Amino acid sequence: MLAVESLRKVYGGREVVRELSFSVRRGECFGILGPNGAGKTTTLRCCLGLTHADGGRIELGGLPVPEAARIARYRVGVVPQFDNLDPDFTVTENLVMFARYFDIPGRVARQRVPRLLEFAGLADRAGARIDQLSGGMKRRLTLARALVNDPDVLFLDEPTTGLDPQARHLIWDGLKRLVAGGKTLILTTHFMDEAERLCNRLCVMDEGSIIALDTPRGLIEKLIEPVVVEVYGEGVGPWAATHARPVVERLEVSGETAFCYMHDPEPLLALARQQPELRTLRRAANLEDVFIKLTGRDIRD
Amino acid sequence: MSRRFLYLVERNFLVWRKLMVPSLIANLADPLIYLLGLGFGLGALVGNIDGRPYSTFLAGGMLCYSTLNSASAEALYSAFSRLKVQRTWEGILHAPMTITDVVVGEWLWAAAKATLSGAAILVVMYGFGFAKGLAPLAVLPVLFAVGLCFSGVALIMTTLAKGYDFFTYYFTLLVTPMGFLSGVFFPLHQLPQPVQTLAWLLPLAHAASLARGLTLGDPMPWPWLSLAVLLGYGVTGVCVAAWIARRRLTK
Repeated sequence: MLAVESLRKVYGGREVVRELSFSVRRGECFGILGPNGAGKTTTLRCCLGLTHADGGRIELGGLPVPEAARIARYRVGVVPQFDNLDPDFTVTENLVMFARYFDIPGRVARQRVPRLLEFAGLADRAGARIDQLSGGMKRRLTLARALVNDPDVLFLDEPTTGLDPQARHLIWDGLKRLVAGGKTLILTTHFMDEAERLCNRLCVMDEGSIIALDTPRGLIEKLIEPVVVEVYGEGVGPWAATHARPVVERLEVSGETAFCYMHDPEPLLALARQQPELRTLRRAANLEDVFIKLTGRDIRD
Repeated sequence: MSRRFLYLVERNFLVWRKLMVPSLIANLADPLIYLLGLGFGLGALVGNIDGRPYSTFLAGGMLCYSTLNSASAEALYSAFSRLKVQRTWEGILHAPMTITDVVVGEWLWAAAKATLSGAAILVVMYGFGFAKGLAPLAVLPVLFAVGLCFSGVALIMTTLAKGYDFFTYYFTLLVTPMGFLSGVFFPLHQLPQPVQTLAWLLPLAHAASLARGLTLGDPMPWPWLSLAVLLGYGVTGVCVAAWIARRRLTK
């Protein structure tokens, strides 16, 4: 459905996408993870032909991009990172007008509206103005708008950023239904739980390159120890360095928390019990641990 | 050339239709205030110009000035809202539309809307008896050309702009001086010869010449050249604007 080969993009002398290659199969949900500034949005824009790469090859739905990007977009839906719903129109008018840009007659578009609103949980908002919608409703309407041409592929750039948990779950439900219905999804996110829940396969990007690509399970099994014990408390740093280090496989201290990675947590937990001022949390390793291991704990802005 | 730009015209028309009544009232009221205020107020002091009342002379100029203002407002402020503030262009470009489609659509729409503003003045001219018979209706296609001219030039500013403040410079440094140089409010021939030459390089003088010629029967020195100047500015403007927009949006 999408094939990217040796993609390169340079902004002001800085290489923001470097030799990027991946492909997405029909019916798959493919995630692109990465910290801010990793090049996720730039990659999506290149795939849609909205910005021109400085090297490499892209094929979207069997068509070369950017040469045939406009034609390729007939079969594509886009949910951008920042809402660009048309504030001069109502909910219904937004959907109908957007369909017109795909050469869909107004009559056909109006027939599609009820199902799209149903899908987005906005059936009772058909005549509402955009500024009367909550953030979650706007996202859902943007998702419905991206479906107005019944696309084969959907590109979603951070589809749930800025939403509350209820609104995120609603979006996830919608996306799962789309994948179940055979649509191909390509989404960027920096929420690990989102990626873990939705994606069949995902890649982790950092500084313009893919540093890992696998199924969520595969990444966790291959790249990280299965059990994590988080130890909190004052003076945890020196304690972890002297006592914990010999019984764990990997150790990271961040502020007043020690993250201990290992296969068997019992020796560590027994040691920690001797220190009443320390609290412990034992859990299975998840994608977030993989992500942190790969991209580090430093803030990216 | 595809006709996809018509979708953008359709979009803008549908939005305009929602606010049609206040928009039409403004189109009619604004020139009326100018004509009454300047035409009859100042006209009483000025007396006759080129053998007719000042208000009649002014109405011919206001035809163009109103079209110019309407084209500029739409292609500057409204189009910039859609480009930057509302991200409407960005959304449209996710569909199978190109930047050229969007810019050409904005250009034609602004010109059409501006023609309506000019037509409102023509209605007022008929109402006061300044225009008589069917012949003055020939000015309508010329007003569309005036709209194309000034919306094309304005779109260059729009695609260059970082914010609305930029447009103040355009009006203060270009539009307003051009208004006083081009025979809109007083006859061009009373200006010094070098200034007249400069004025004929600008499109508004040609617009005013055509408008007075077609509605009031004034002599038009070079009617076809004047039309070509208007279209030349307009087409050049929209081509440059599309080029700038491509650079700006595909970065």
